[in-house]
Amino acid sequence: MPHSTAPPLKGGGLWRRTYAMLLKEFIQLRRDRISFAMIVMIPLVQLLVFGYAINTTPRNLPTAVLLQEHTDLGRSILAAMKNTRYFKVTQLPRTEAEVDHLLASGTVLFAVEIPAGFERAVRRGDNPSLLVIADATDPVASGSAVSALGPLVQSALSHDRDVMASSITTPFNVEIHARYNPAGTTQLNIVPGLVGTILTMTMLIFTALSVTREIERGTMESLLAMPISPFEIMLGKIIPYIVVGFVQAALIIGIGIALFDVPIFGSLLLLAVLSTLFIATNLSIGYTFSTVAQNQLQAIQMSFMFFLPNILLSGFMFPFSGMPQWAQWVGECLPLTHYLRIVRAIMLKGSTLPDLRYDTIALFVLMLVAMTIAVTRFRRTLD
Amino acid sequence: MNVQTGVAPASDIVIDVEHLTKTFDGRAVVRDLSMQVRRGMIYGFLGPNGSGKTTTIRMLCGLLTPDSGRGTCLGYDIRTQARQIKRHVGYMTQRFSLYEDLSVRENLEFIARIYGIPRPVQAARDAIARLGLAGRGNQLARELSGGWKQRLALSACTLPSPQLLLLDEPTAGVDPKARRDFWNEIHGLAAEGLTVLVSTHYMDEAERCHEIAYIAYGNLLATGTVDEVITAAHLTTYTLTSRDSAMMTRLTDELAHAPGVDMVAPFGNSLHVASRDAAALERALAPYRQQPGIDVAKASASLEDVFIDLMSRAQDNFQ
Ligand SMILES: Nc1ncnc2c1ncn2[C@@H]1O[C@H](COP(=O)(O)OP(=O)(O)OP(=O)(O)O)[C@@H](O)[C@H]1O
Ligand SMILES: [Mg+2]
Repeated sequence: MPHSTAPPLKGGGLWRRTYAMLLKEFIQLRRDRISFAMIVMIPLVQLLVFGYAINTTPRNLPTAVLLQEHTDLGRSILAAMKNTRYFKVTQLPRTEAEVDHLLASGTVLFAVEIPAGFERAVRRGDNPSLLVIADATDPVASGSAVSALGPLVQSALSHDRDVMASSITTPFNVEIHARYNPAGTTQLNIVPGLVGTILTMTMLIFTALSVTREIERGTMESLLAMPISPFEIMLGKIIPYIVVGFVQAALIIGIGIALFDVPIFGSLLLLAVLSTLFIATNLSIGYTFSTVAQNQLQAIQMSFMFFLPNILLSGFMFPFSGMPQWAQWVGECLPLTHYLRIVRAIMLKGSTLPDLRYDTIALFVLMLVAMTIAVTRFRRTLD
Repeated sequence: MNVQTGVAPASDIVIDVEHLTKTFDGRAVVRDLSMQVRRGMIYGFLGPNGSGKTTTIRMLCGLLTPDSGRGTCLGYDIRTQARQIKRHVGYMTQRFSLYEDLSVRENLEFIARIYGIPRPVQAARDAIARLGLAGRGNQLARELSGGWKQRLALSACTLPSPQLLLLDEPTAGVDPKARRDFWNEIHGLAAEGLTVLVSTHYMDEAERCHEIAYIAYGNLLATGTVDEVITAAHLTTYTLTSRDSAMMTRLTDELAHAPGVDMVAPFGNSLHVASRDAAALERALAPYRQQPGIDVAKASASLEDVFIDLMSRAQDNFQ
């Protein structure tokens, strides 16, 4: 009787099957125009939108000036402020309570108080304080306005021979009260932060759909009937997107350097290696959602539920140290928290791997936990 | 080996399952199912919609775990050795489950790589040539016609040289010519020693199987060759013919309510009447034998008669 001759069942072949799987994923990704466009467009659009906010020095910031004394110096400061395009002095309140109200209602974003006796104190060399109150909910805008104010007042004073003659250094303090966001994230934090958030968003979505899509299209039944293990399927579905994530990261950092002069003080290689780790961690988490979700919509919802705390509690939006203890604990469980520290430290401080070992290990642990859950949760049968 | 006769040695039994039961949400979808399929056999699996054919096939290849019962497939335990079973079984799903956004060639190469076939690119190219799709290898699977999709799916199943094929309604929605080609191919594969379990709703396909099994509401009701199944049903059938259509309508109505008549089915100018009780049927037909314009002739029961009878009886018993 003729027997069909099947090749013997090989013990190994893990990489061969993984390769088959990732090749298939690559081809499918290439055919999927929308996903493909997303890879390039999301970082591009995000960067340009954020970049616009970074780049545009604030103009016509609605400002209130409270003159507690009516002196020449006070008037020349007011005139200097009116002459720049930074400030638009819209209000001249009479009391501090009025200033508070204007800020709270959002009528002005900026208030300058020239205290009583300011001119006399300057002339005496007492180094008095000029009080500046900024609505820092938009730290980028208020930050640059604050930094513009110092030189502005200085130049107003330079017309006044007496003052300049009597002191070499600045004859007064600018005392800044940033309201609503005491830490005031700086501009340079934003590009590194964007690398992390864009990667989190795209990586989660890509893998979150990968298993549910096969189930919904009915291809999962065939795949399960083939001799391939859940681990191999997972690797095959994650690896192509590591490459995708890497391209995205390079794109964002490249544009950041070219357009916004973001420096990279640390090692580019270290940044690349740790970014890859971060990408793999997010892919694993997205993949885990995919094995748990019943359909593509659920997978998207889960990704979004995970994305939000990443944005809010990682230190991207609000300074990490300012958060309550419980929020910090939650934050420590989010990959973006660790990556933000890593990427800011490498780009802006030039940190090395030993400095970053805690966050690197944390990312690694998060990745392993996600992968373990994914492989155990993966349904090998249709039960 | 002649698959029709002789008791096969144990090693020649490819599928051997006993008392398989599967319940979904408290509803038994397959009940106490036992069956044996010998090597080289084309085994037809028939039954109405929702009777548990797909569920049974999935249990055989390790895609579903039976709630109770035991069995082997190619000598491997269906509960514990799913991985080995998967390597040697080709499963063609009821719904097309190749990747529609991959080309014919890419689909076949993917399968060749997963199964560790040496030189996968060459293997895929050969398979395309055998399919008669040469020159269309780069066409996306979604662009193929229904018939070509099914042939591609079959070719994908047989690419890793399996020993057992499980085909779940492989010819649903395929035109008669393509269906015949498909079956010629299945016979060719069986001649090479492959065992084929194929589910279908078509009677002509059932008749092309070496053996058939009929399942309804999760219960296996009949097994054997087509002749065995027909004989075992003990159906007596008659054909009544008349040119008068008003008469036919009246006849259909009367016979449907006559005691002892189990089945009445009009076919154009003739009426097909069947019963398990031959004496009762004779009594019911006696008044019409003398009537002018009506011709009463004894007929032999068809497979379809038998299945419809089995199904209506199953309905009485299990619902
Ligand atoms: N995963 C599942 N969960 C719940 N019920 C299921 C599941 N799979 C199948 N069923 C139910 O089990 C019954 C048998 O289904 P099955 O697909 O085995 O029938 P079938 O004989 O293949 O029918 P068809 O001829 O329509 O393909 C159906 O009523 C179906 O609704
Ligand atoms: Mg079915």
